[in-house]
Amino acid sequence: MTIATFPPEPPPPASWTRYLGFSTDAKVIGIQYIVTAFFFFLIGGLLAMVIRGELITPAADLVDRSVYNGIYTMHGTIMLFLFIFPVLNGLNNLLTPTMIGAPDMAFPRLNTAAFWLVPVFGLLLIGSFFVPGGPATAGWWSYPPVSIQNPLGHLINGESMWILAVALSGVSSIMGAVNFVTTILRMRAPGMTLFRMPVFCWTALAAQSLQLIGLPALTGGAVMLLMDLSFGTSFYRPEGGGDPVLYQHFFWFYSHPAVYVIILPVFGIFSELFPVYSRKPLFGYVYVSVASFIIVGLGLVVWVHHMFPSGVAQWMRDLFMATTMLIAVPTGVKVFAWLGTLWGGKLRLTTPMLFCIGGLVNFVFAGITGVMLATVPIDIHVSNTYFVVGHFHYVIYGAAVMGIFAAIYHWFPKFTGRMPYEGLGKLHCLLTFVGANLNFLPMHPLGLMGMPRRVSSYDPEFAFWNVIASLGAFLLGVSVIPFLLNMISSWIRGPRATYNPWNAIGLEWLLPSPPPEDNFGEEVPTVISRPYGYGTGEPLVENQSEIEKRLQLQEVLA
Amino acid sequence: MSSSLPAATNESASTHAHVNHNLTGFIIFLCSESVIFLAFFSGYAILKTSALDWLPPGVEGLEWRTPLVNTAVLISSSGTIMLAEHFKVRERLWLFRGFWLLTMLMGGYFLVGQAVEWHGLAFGFDSGTFGGTFYLLTGFHGLHVATGILLMTIMLIKSFIPGNYVGGEQGVQATSLFWHFVDVIWIILFLLIYVWQ
Repeated sequence: MTIATFPPEPPPPASWTRYLGFSTDAKVIGIQYIVTAFFFFLIGGLLAMVIRGELITPAADLVDRSVYNGIYTMHGTIMLFLFIFPVLNGLNNLLTPTMIGAPDMAFPRLNTAAFWLVPVFGLLLIGSFFVPGGPATAGWWSYPPVSIQNPLGHLINGESMWILAVALSGVSSIMGAVNFVTTILRMRAPGMTLFRMPVFCWTALAAQSLQLIGLPALTGGAVMLLMDLSFGTSFYRPEGGGDPVLYQHFFWFYSHPAVYVIILPVFGIFSELFPVYSRKPLFGYVYVSVASFIIVGLGLVVWVHHMFPSGVAQWMRDLFMATTMLIAVPTGVKVFAWLGTLWGGKLRLTTPMLFCIGGLVNFVFAGITGVMLATVPIDIHVSNTYFVVGHFHYVIYGAAVMGIFAAIYHWFPKFTGRMPYEGLGKLHCLLTFVGANLNFLPMHPLGLMGMPRRVSSYDPEFAFWNVIASLGAFLLGVSVIPFLLNMISSWIRGPRATYNPWNAIGLEWLLPSPPPEDNFGEEVPTVISRPYGYGTGEPLVENQSEIEKRLQLQEVLA
Repeated sequence: MSSSLPAATNESASTHAHVNHNLTGFIIFLCSESVIFLAFFSGYAILKTSALDWLPPGVEGLEWRTPLVNTAVLISSSGTIMLAEHFKVRERLWLFRGFWLLTMLMGGYFLVGQAVEWHGLAFGFDSGTFGGTFYLLTGFHGLHVATGILLMTIMLIKSFIPGNYVGGEQGVQATSLFWHFVDVIWIILFLLIYVWQ
């Protein structure tokens, strides 16, 4: 009896050098993604520090104006294509297979290739700083006609490298998306129907479907942009009969849904973490899950709200204003479901929980300014001002990055086998929340006062709010220090993590920390109930107590 | 313990069902790939309907008779590849290879026809949005035809490997699907470029 259930000898701890090579293990690739993403996060953050350093005084005195154009362009591009998307793909890699009980991704080698494209296009993008003429200066959206100027006449210039990097990033993301969608659709544990799937997997499925639908449009648009820039076509060149607004359609057809690609997994993270730290089942699980796909559907038909001042027809403005406002409905469903989960729960204010609450507060604020911006008259009034910059930084940094930090602290013990330090984590959370709000809140009054974005000098009347924003930005810069310290030191010598340190429910918490290479291997448990059975005493899988006993025994023996 | 034994065998059966997802992944990829064509088609339609002078000076329009022959060949090749698949399912490998090769030749004929047409045109890809979109659409589609022929070549070579189809092989199905996809795209493209003038 006991011999049959005795845990197999745990394999010797694998060498850390596997993180440097072409591994096909999703858990290794996940960590590779996350570490690479944070490397680029530091570069993008450094550029942000330069931007805010420049803007702390009204005069353009820190960097040259043309250099400034390159810096904000690269800041946006790096943060989106080299930080946010890779870090989310990293979380997807770690969480999707373990949460659904799959041994690995459906296409492990495709996964490896998708990851290794990231450093390739990363180097391409960073390399554009060193070519004659410097990096791309047309802003992260790269609108023609600014983006199809090539005054030096070189075939290899900052803009063409930008386009190539973005196209490669698209290839990598499509490879990833094909993989994630196939894995979620085909490799779930026995008994795990779609409506027994954790919400993170729902949101990952939704977000990756958006990638599959939206990204090819950007790639197509970018190919045409490159041809205009380098090979003399005139798709977007008005003097050749082309239409610059066409590019805006291509760009936003993808890049607006891209915001949902970013925020949906963060909704997933909120939905996973709030139940754990309030000890209550997720309120309205079915609605929260399905709302993800309503967001996908609506998210595909809102892109023109970025183009209200671009000379689109009035009926399009009206239509897209309505669809944009409608998105607040499924999003509101989720927000109220999280509040319903928190309500009356036994809250545990751990680092991940604090990050989630902070992220939720910021997200609600961003949602309110989002509905404001959807309104055509307000949008036209504040278009291209700091109001827009403030809004999307609240979404991306205030909500998404805080959610990502929450996920990192929450699942760190699972995938490294070590506990992160709570004190440093809470300090990080405090600095992030205060820094983000100090940095991005002043941008709203600035925008309403009329300060345009993408300028290195401004009227002294804007100075007060800019100084506060810059101080907030420097605080955000400082906030990275406790984070990095925490990650490095706790990974090396943090206390050992048990298989389920947060007392959470989910297939990933029925694996040892860190999980073996093939996760459950041949012994995938059969799922018998919905996720988040907190406080109900209902087991998630067949023979759950037996599995847990085995894991405890294994930990005692180790 | 005895109760968990049958469960264990069930689980290993389900992991075996996991082994090959290539076709699923490929279909998902094709759906995504169709969006890039959709983007090009809608770009073409927008540029064309809003153009003041669509045709560059000295160009009367596109000759459609030869392309129609090419189109007929390409569309019929969807039929031959279906026949090939039909014989593959019935394990009549030589008939499969024959029709497979015929499909490849028809694809090749289409590509050569395309090249001849390109060669005889009086405008280049820098001749306004008309030239740009024409070469972009036909070129991007041609690239897909070439990819299809390459995939078929690989499948043809693999069909000579002994025991290639023992573990279940989805490459032929996927290639065939891709070929139908390329054909459907061409029909839309032909209507947009040659018929709508």
